Amino acid sequence: MIRITCPHCGPRDHAEFSYAGDATKARPADPATATAADWHDYVYLRDNPAGPHLEFWHHLHGCRQYVKVLRDVVTHDVLASGHPADDLEAGR
Amino acid sequence: MAEYSVFSLIRQGLGGHKGWTRAWRDPEPKQSYDVVIIGGGGHGLATAYYLARNHGITNVAVVEKGWIGGGNAGRNTTIVRSNYMLDGNAHFYEHSLKLWEGLSRDLNYNVMFSQRGVLNLAHNDGQMDAYARRGNLMRLNGIDAELLDREGVRKLYPHLDFSREARWPIYGGLLQARGGTARHDAVAWGFARGGDRRGVDILQNCEVMGFERDGDRITGVKTTRGTIACGRVGMAVAGNTTRVASMLGLKLPIESHVLQAFVSEPLKPLIDGVVTYGAGHFYISQSDKGGLVLGGDIDFYNSYAQRGNLPVVENVMANGLAMMPNLARLRILRSWGGIMDMSMDGSPIISKTPFDNLYLNAGWCYGGFKATPGSGYVFAHTIANDAPHPFNSAMTLERFEQGYLLDEGGKGPTPKLH
Amino acid sequence: MIVGRIKDVNPYRLPTGGQIDRRRALAFTFDGKRYTGYDGDTLASALLANGVTLVGRSFKYHRPRGIFSAGPEEPNALVELRRGARVEPNTRATRAELFHGLEATSQNRWPSLSLDVMELNDLASRFLVAGFYYKTFMGFPGWHFYEQRIRAAAGMGRGTTEPDPDSYERMSAHCDVLVVGGGPSGLAAALTAGRSGARVILVEETDGLGGRLRSERETIDGAPALSWVDQARAELAGLQEVQVLTRTTAFGYYDDNLIGAVERVADHMPVPPPHVPRQRLWHIRAGRVVLATGAIERHIAFPHNDRPGVMLAGAVRSYINRFAIRPGRRAVVVANNDDGYRTALDLNAAGVEVIQVVDTRPVGTSDWRARCEAAGIEIRDNAAVTKVHGRLNVLGCDIAGLDDVSGARFEPCDLLAVSGGWSPAVHLHTHALGKIDWDDGLAAFVPGAARQAHVSVGAARGAYSLAACLSDGFAAGSAAAEAAGFASGARPDTPITDAPGERPIRAFWAVGDGKKRFVDLQDDVTADDITLAHREGFVSVEHLKRYTTLGMGTDQGKTSNIIGHALMAEARGEPIPQVGTTRFRPPYTPVAMGAFAGGDRGRHHTPVRRSAMHDWHAVNGAVFVEAGHWLRPQYYLGAEEPNVKRFMDAAITREVVNTREAVGLVDVSTLGKIDIQGPDAAEFLNRLYANGFKTLAIGKARYGLMLREDGIVYDDGTTSRLGENHYLMTTTTAHAGDVMALIEWYLQVVWPDLDVQACSVTEQWAAMALAGPKARDVLAAAVDDGTDISDAALPFMGVTTARIAGVPVRVFRISFSGELSYEVNAPADWGTRVWEALVRAGTEHGIRPYGTEAMAIMRIEKGHVTHAELDGRVTLDDAGMGRMASTKKWFVGSGMLDKPAYTDPQRPKLVGLVPVDGETRIPAGAILVEDPKASVPMDKLGHVSSSAYLSPTVGHPIALGFVSGGPARKGQTVWAVFPLRNLEIEVRITDPVFVDPQGARLRG
Repeated sequence: MIRITCPHCGPRDHAEFSYAGDATKARPADPATATAADWHDYVYLRDNPAGPHLEFWHHLHGCRQYVKVLRDVVTHDVLASGHPADDLEAGR
Repeated sequence: MAEYSVFSLIRQGLGGHKGWTRAWRDPEPKQSYDVVIIGGGGHGLATAYYLARNHGITNVAVVEKGWIGGGNAGRNTTIVRSNYMLDGNAHFYEHSLKLWEGLSRDLNYNVMFSQRGVLNLAHNDGQMDAYARRGNLMRLNGIDAELLDREGVRKLYPHLDFSREARWPIYGGLLQARGGTARHDAVAWGFARGGDRRGVDILQNCEVMGFERDGDRITGVKTTRGTIACGRVGMAVAGNTTRVASMLGLKLPIESHVLQAFVSEPLKPLIDGVVTYGAGHFYISQSDKGGLVLGGDIDFYNSYAQRGNLPVVENVMANGLAMMPNLARLRILRSWGGIMDMSMDGSPIISKTPFDNLYLNAGWCYGGFKATPGSGYVFAHTIANDAPHPFNSAMTLERFEQGYLLDEGGKGPTPKLH
Repeated sequence: MIVGRIKDVNPYRLPTGGQIDRRRALAFTFDGKRYTGYDGDTLASALLANGVTLVGRSFKYHRPRGIFSAGPEEPNALVELRRGARVEPNTRATRAELFHGLEATSQNRWPSLSLDVMELNDLASRFLVAGFYYKTFMGFPGWHFYEQRIRAAAGMGRGTTEPDPDSYERMSAHCDVLVVGGGPSGLAAALTAGRSGARVILVEETDGLGGRLRSERETIDGAPALSWVDQARAELAGLQEVQVLTRTTAFGYYDDNLIGAVERVADHMPVPPPHVPRQRLWHIRAGRVVLATGAIERHIAFPHNDRPGVMLAGAVRSYINRFAIRPGRRAVVVANNDDGYRTALDLNAAGVEVIQVVDTRPVGTSDWRARCEAAGIEIRDNAAVTKVHGRLNVLGCDIAGLDDVSGARFEPCDLLAVSGGWSPAVHLHTHALGKIDWDDGLAAFVPGAARQAHVSVGAARGAYSLAACLSDGFAAGSAAAEAAGFASGARPDTPITDAPGERPIRAFWAVGDGKKRFVDLQDDVTADDITLAHREGFVSVEHLKRYTTLGMGTDQGKTSNIIGHALMAEARGEPIPQVGTTRFRPPYTPVAMGAFAGGDRGRHHTPVRRSAMHDWHAVNGAVFVEAGHWLRPQYYLGAEEPNVKRFMDAAITREVVNTREAVGLVDVSTLGKIDIQGPDAAEFLNRLYANGFKTLAIGKARYGLMLREDGIVYDDGTTSRLGENHYLMTTTTAHAGDVMALIEWYLQVVWPDLDVQACSVTEQWAAMALAGPKARDVLAAAVDDGTDISDAALPFMGVTTARIAGVPVRVFRISFSGELSYEVNAPADWGTRVWEALVRAGTEHGIRPYGTEAMAIMRIEKGHVTHAELDGRVTLDDAGMGRMASTKKWFVGSGMLDKPAYTDPQRPKLVGLVPVDGETRIPAGAILVEDPKASVPMDKLGHVSSSAYLSPTVGHPIALGFVSGGPARKGQTVWAVFPLRNLEIEVRITDPVFVDPQGARLRG
């Protein structure tokens, strides 16, 4: 079982969380002017790397906060975690 | 290469089996092929086979990074069915099922396709209505389906939990009697042998490292066994689709997730066909060897590791026992994990691509095994004609932009939910 | 006296020794015959003590099989343990602890164990080679015909059709150091780790500590090793932070040092005591893991090496030393390592005549050999067993020099002890993604670099001597404790052990080229099968496994995999590490499904949610139905009415008519309720909902529709503005949790700049809808004095607060039924009080509660959509609500609305449907077509999504559905076909609102 450090609660089993997907996708900043291609990219396309992957986990059975996680999806090693706005790759 | 039959088996048996030859050759790569298929799984091998068989294209290589059939072809629960609702899927899967029905003889390889039925249980009125809709659509598409009430289910499977202890009572179910299971490894090997006998080169331990391009044309496939020039390229590497596609800068509506599956110790016949639970994700059948083969949800997070974690194991077993409480003392012998191409609408992609001569076969989610012959059949057609077959005409890459989604579950663009 | 009896009862029991309690005789049966064993026996040892050597049949050839090992690696001695609902097929006799009354049955044989007609397969075995089934059974009459017979013949034990009467549970534990294995290495590690004060868990799969020490004649510091074990056990028991779990198998090593283990709490008893689970599944999260999992002995592939009486050498020593059994009278020992000598000495000491030690190695010297020579045991070097004689038991064997196999000499014997060397049990190490390396000196794969925080010690890393095991364990235990931040103090000196010099193993896998050289005993994979696989190109270990079924049995190839892989390496002419090995996957040994499921079984599979008024419903005739996890009243029966269809129909109709004509009350507590507050709440709702929410006034409710980001309708409900910055959202029952998570997503991740807080309050409020023309009269009578609920004060879509029976409530004038209706929310603890007050106030107006069926009919009559319509594929326009989408703002999903497919005029859209004949029911799930007689595959126009078999209000069946062309086709007829039931119903397309399209009633 993967161990994820929630910035609010500390290290917890991943079963406490609900996976919320790719954290690199940014919703178009100005939805009023975003193009169909912008939306398509946001909703459908994924980098899906085989290696470190930025993703969100919702601490559903804990503090109910979304946690940003950098995890190697080949080994399942959690490399870093933090708040949604944190830049987890910066310090690496 | 010898035809397989009871007679050849007896003849070889008398001679100590010394006369059997390789089921498929182990050739050196040629410099150039008309078609290079990337991926020696069931789909890639089937594609090569049908290119040769249906389209007379025999100068074909299948390049496989490891050993053929080592990916999801050998990591599934072997279920074959065509109980789909949407036209864009239904005709395709039904065609695949029909191919299954004649596959052993066509390949001269016993893939042990066994039509013992696939039963989906329903546990409330809404689910019964949804199964009625699906079953009716199947019938209107010429696919067999039967809607069973509670007693009809009990007649087939008296040992499901019909007691008052059941948390989710059984209301009935949708049965596809022509559905069943097949021997997964045999499918890969049978297509490999069938393709090989028609001249296809199967190149194992030949990993794709990159591509040579001339604008939007792919001119060569760089592999660990050298660069291979190609007329056309078909990619059938579900589980690793993004890894290969990213070498071309191709972004896809796919996430990779791990799906675990399990087999029990071998038992005398206990479960005849395939049964799926309706109040949770669980499916089970019994192999000819006697092991109960079962599975459930994916692990719910992106993963390229062919291994899962305990919570899903526990959930799968709990669902299984909720459905069949007599299984509790039976023991799980082995588990494994496969990497699923989870697409954004839960349906596959068999499509042309932005590249002139690259064709994509991907996004199979949980459902690739049953599609193996059909997928090879229409993918070969798509490659040979540079145009989709009617059966895969809805499975395009463009459907996501256009909105013509094939969302059987109505779950939307969240891959883990499909 | 007792000694005399033992001799009578257990002809093969040694008069003294062993770790059995001779004062506690236990009766058991095997294949119906009564035997006696002792406390401390396994079923296997008890059978051997009674001279029972034929125990099972092999998988494919149904060859007679005996007891091959003394541990979890057993491939042969599989039995059906217990009977009836508790039957456990494929149970290893070597692992089943004996208890009084144990019943075991042999399996995979007919009609009896000694006479099994399927043994004919063995005669035909030259045709039934690896993969034969891929090459035949394709012709007449088809695979299905053959398959039925193959299925009946395959399998091993029989499962039950009855539910398991026992219970299971799951447990979580955390520790600094987990030690897996209670042998010398594991005990040593637990001691040093435990002494440091670290939290230590030691798991041991058998019933007691000691590991191999229980099976060997070892000494530690001059005393029998078992007294060291006793001291260690006592010391560990005295350490407060140390927990020892015996009968516990660590079966899987998962991510981040999470080890799954199963504790067999009551498997050694006839039935579990009251309130005690049969098994307990442990999640152990460990700081560091010490893998002291030992090693597993292999055999050698020589012809007929599977006969009952051929036994692993280490197992022979186990039966002698641990169970005080003489496993034969005349023994031959064959080995490629010094284990042969060690075994011969133990046999000798137990009074078994050792004919010869056959050493496959060229002549050499070692202390062990010297001891054998001193004991007068005959040794044959550079030789092997070339054939075993006997069928139901070993009668003798041929021994020949390896240089001249033809010169075989027959030796009569009834026991053949085999050692092909030992393989470290690296299973957990590899589960944790640790690498394994081939060690030529040991002829085995040993653990390489670890991926997680674990270390392998002692035999598990190929350090087999007792001294090495102990020093390894001491070192690893203290290192693990130190890594966890505990000072471990001085490391104990390695005790003095009897350490005879050993001569290294020399790899030797198979003898010559004879038939029936079994590699995998359970699945009948022979050395010839490996050769055949190679010949046919199945040369990778994965192909080999799948083609021949090598290692696919219940033992997972614990004794056989390496032999098979080594033979393939020979065939390929490549070194073993290049050929590799298959990956080990959990579980290490098979684990019962019940253990994984724990308590989540039967009615406890998932929690049941009940509304605050549940008990009231129950005593007032409610028949409940599952709605998600909730139980909701489906309809209410009178006291004298049985729950049969006729009365059900009457009850539902009565509830609809009563609500439409007088007043009804329905429990709607299951709807999701989300409290949303903050200065930006209006802006947030305006973004989340497709329709506008900025203009919603305080004290007003509005129906809202929420889309997914892909533009498809996701959820609906009413949201009320309770204050300046305070809203209450309702969601569908099904999406209550998911909408809450979605709101948190947008607020925390997408729009963190919005100052909004949201909280689920579904459970905090009991909700009930009072509906019908008399609803206002009832509410007026129910509310405490002074609350004005007149149409002027509380108009349609108005919201107010009031008190009912002294309870503060919220009142929302909203309507799902289409009637004048008030939804009353009361604090959950007071829900029943408010409900009862409404019922009391309504008595004079003929109030009746109504259930989900009546509610469904009324919403269909009003054309209101639910999840049956909003099935995740429907756009706003499809659902007839396209006009609700705001064009003045963007909202979630708005960016996708103009996709070509979404604006395709052919899309099916919501309509009403009525039978042309005015009476035929239109079942949900029917498909709408132009011509029911058209050929298949048929073009479809749409489908029927919801159906009211009888609308009491309009007097005939009605339905909602989606039809291509939508409302524009109003008045046209199409066919609703239901081929699953051979139904073809001509239906007329109507407006989806059947009752009160102007909404006069709800505004009344």
